[in-house]
Amino acid sequence: MKPDHPGRTGDRVLLGHGSGGKLYRDLVKDVFVRAFANPVLERLDDAAALSPSGRIAFTTDAHVVQPLTFPGGDIGRLSVAGTVNDLATAAARPLALAAAFIIEEGFALDDLRAVCASMAATAREARVPIVTGDTKVVERAAADGLFITTTGVGEIVVGHELGSGAVRDGDAVILSGSIGDHAVAILAARGEFAFKADARSDCAPLWDLVDAAVAAARAGGGEEAIRFLRDPTRGGLTTVLAELAEESGLGIEVEEEAIPVTPAVRSVCDLLGYDPLTLANEGKMVLVTAAEAADAVVAAVRATKYGGEARRIGFVTAAHPGRVALRTPFGTRRVLDMPVGELLPRIC
Amino acid sequence: MPAAEDLGRLAAELRSEAPPGLTFMEVCGTHTMAIARYGLRQLLPEGVRLISGPGCPVCVTAMADLDRVLALARLPEVTLVTFGDLIRVPASRGTLAGERAAGADVRVVYSPRDAVRIAAEEPGRQVVFAGIGFETTAPTTAAALLEARAEGLANFSLLSLHKTMPLPLRALLDLGETPISGFLLPGHVSVITGTACYGFLAREYGIAGVVAGFEARDVLEALLMLVRLPRPEIAIQYTRAVRPEGNLVAQRLLDQVFAPSDADWRGLGVIPGSGLALREEFADVDAARRFAVDPGPTLEPPGCRCGEVLRGVIDPAACPLFGTRCTPEDPVGACMVSSEGACAARYRYRGLDEA
Repeated sequence: MKPDHPGRTGDRVLLGHGSGGKLYRDLVKDVFVRAFANPVLERLDDAAALSPSGRIAFTTDAHVVQPLTFPGGDIGRLSVAGTVNDLATAAARPLALAAAFIIEEGFALDDLRAVCASMAATAREARVPIVTGDTKVVERAAADGLFITTTGVGEIVVGHELGSGAVRDGDAVILSGSIGDHAVAILAARGEFAFKADARSDCAPLWDLVDAAVAAARAGGGEEAIRFLRDPTRGGLTTVLAELAEESGLGIEVEEEAIPVTPAVRSVCDLLGYDPLTLANEGKMVLVTAAEAADAVVAAVRATKYGGEARRIGFVTAAHPGRVALRTPFGTRRVLDMPVGELLPRIC
Repeated sequence: MPAAEDLGRLAAELRSEAPPGLTFMEVCGTHTMAIARYGLRQLLPEGVRLISGPGCPVCVTAMADLDRVLALARLPEVTLVTFGDLIRVPASRGTLAGERAAGADVRVVYSPRDAVRIAAEEPGRQVVFAGIGFETTAPTTAAALLEARAEGLANFSLLSLHKTMPLPLRALLDLGETPISGFLLPGHVSVITGTACYGFLAREYGIAGVVAGFEARDVLEALLMLVRLPRPEIAIQYTRAVRPEGNLVAQRLLDQVFAPSDADWRGLGVIPGSGLALREEFADVDAARRFAVDPGPTLEPPGCRCGEVLRGVIDPAACPLFGTRCTPEDPVGACMVSSEGACAARYRYRGLDEA
C-alpha cells in the first residue's frame, strides 16, 4: 500500500472512517449498505431481529487471507462461503450473516467496494442476507489491508444429531470433488513458487450441495441416513478423516485413486513434496452416509453446481478403530495421520 | 487396477528371482519418501531388505553447521533465508522456528532466487541464504549467487552447506557396518552428475548401482535390474531423465562457483572433498567469512540414533525414541523432521500393522 497522496484521501479509508461519526456513517451507507442491500441491514440497528422456526446453528470465522484477491476468489467470497459452509456442515440452511471488517488505514475504497461486491454476489448465490456488521479502522501497519470476520445463523433441516457419533460401521465416505486447489492457488498467487502454477481456488458456498445431499440421503436411506458433514479446510481431507476416525472410535478406509486431484495441484505437490490430502480446500465437502443411500447422494451432489466430481472414496469399518487406512493404487495400505509441520499461514 | 497388476507382476518376478539375504540401500530422500508412501516394502519378498542411507540433505547436516545457522539468524542485521525443512530441525539449543518466534528474521523460500529477490527489495537487511542440498539443488544456488552478483547486491551472501553424493557412499562402505548388496542411486542427483562418478562402487567394491526414478514402478523395476545384473556395474533405470554424462551446463555452473571442500556429515563425520565451498573469487559473498559468529559447543540429543539410521545400521523403528519421545510433532533428531527423513517417512506412512 502506497502512502496517501495529498488531495487523494477521498479514495482511501481513513482512521476517521472508524470514528463512529459522519465519515463512519457515510462509509457504512456508501459501501456496505449499498453492496449488501436488504431491509434488515437498511434499518441500521445495532442488532438484527430474526425469526427462526427450528433448531439453530451458529458459527463464526475470521478471514486473513493474503493476497486479498486470488484466482478463483477473493477475501469477500471466501468470508461468505466459509461461514455458509460451516453452517452447512450442521445441515443448516443459512438464515443471516453478520460481517465485521478490520481495515488498515489507507486501504483503497475501490478495493473495499470490490470486496463487498464479491461478498454480496456470493451471499446472493447462497441466498443469505448480510444483516448486520461492524467496521474498525486501525493505524497503518496495525493490520495487513483487510481482515473480515463473518458470523452466521442457520436453521437445521434434519431432526437428528449429525457428527462422528452418528457414523456407523459400513457407512460410505463421499467427497464432493478435487482437493488441494485452494491452497495451491493461494501459494501461487503469492508468488511463492519459482514456477507458474495454473490452479484456481475452489472457494464456493455449498449449502445447495448439502441440501441436495440431505434430501437424497433421506429418500435413499431414511431420516438418519446422512451421518456426518465436514468441509476439509485447513489440514485438508486427511485431518477430517483422522478426526472422524478418532472421535467415532471406528476405522476408515479410503481409496487413493478415487480422490480427485487436478494436474496443477498434482505437479506442485510432486515438486514441493506436499501431500494433496493435507492441503486446504474452501469449496469441498466430506459426507458420510448410510451405505444404501450413497449412490443417490453422489448422484444428487453431482447435479449441483460445485459437486460435479463427487464420488464415493471409501467406507467406515470396525476393522481398525481410530485409524484411517489409505489403499494405494498398488494394492498396498498405509495409515493416514494428522499432518504436522510448518502450516501454510494465512491461506483463509 | 492395472497399476496394481503391473506392480504385482514385478513383485512376483522379484520374489522368484531374488536370492534370499539381499540388502539394497537407497540414498535419496525422494526415494525414501516414495517407498514409504507407496508402501513398497509390503510388496517385497521376505529375503529383500530395503534400507535408507545418507540421502536426506537436512538429515545429514551436522549439528555444528545447524548451530552456525542459528547463530547467524540471531544477528540483528541478518535476514536468514532457507528451505522449509531446515526450520524445525533441532540444533544444539533450539530450532530456527524458535529463533523466529523469539524475534529473529527467518524466512522460508522454495527457490534460492527468492532470497536474491528479498535482498533486492530490502537493501537495509543482510540477506543470508543457507544453501542446503546435493548436486540437485546446488546449481540453483550457484545460479542465484551469480544473479545477485550481476545485480550488484552487496547485501546478499551464502552459507554453503551443500554436499555431493558419491563420497559418503565410499565412507559408508569403508566403515563396513552394513552388508550392502546394491544401491538404488538417486534419480535427481544423477540428472546433474551423470553416472561416471558412481563407477568406483562397482570397480573397487564390487557393488552394483541402478539409478532409479521415483514412481512405484521405477523403484521395483530398478530393484529387479539390481537382482538381474550379471556382474557389478552402474546402470540406469531412470532413462527418461538421466544421461550417462549428466547435465554439463549445471556441472559447469557448479564448477564455476564451488570447489570441493571437507564437509561434516551427521553420522559419518568429516568426509574430505564431499562439500561444496565457495571459490576464492566469491569470498566476498561467503557468509561464513562475512559474519563472525560463535555457535557455541555442540550438544547431541541424548538417546537419538539418527547417525546409525543414516548409515543404514539400524532401522528407524529400532531407535528407542522412535514414535514415542520422537515424533514429527515433537522431533528429537533430524531424521524425524524432514519429510524425506527415514524416520519421518517411516512414521508418517507406516502400515496398518505397524504401531
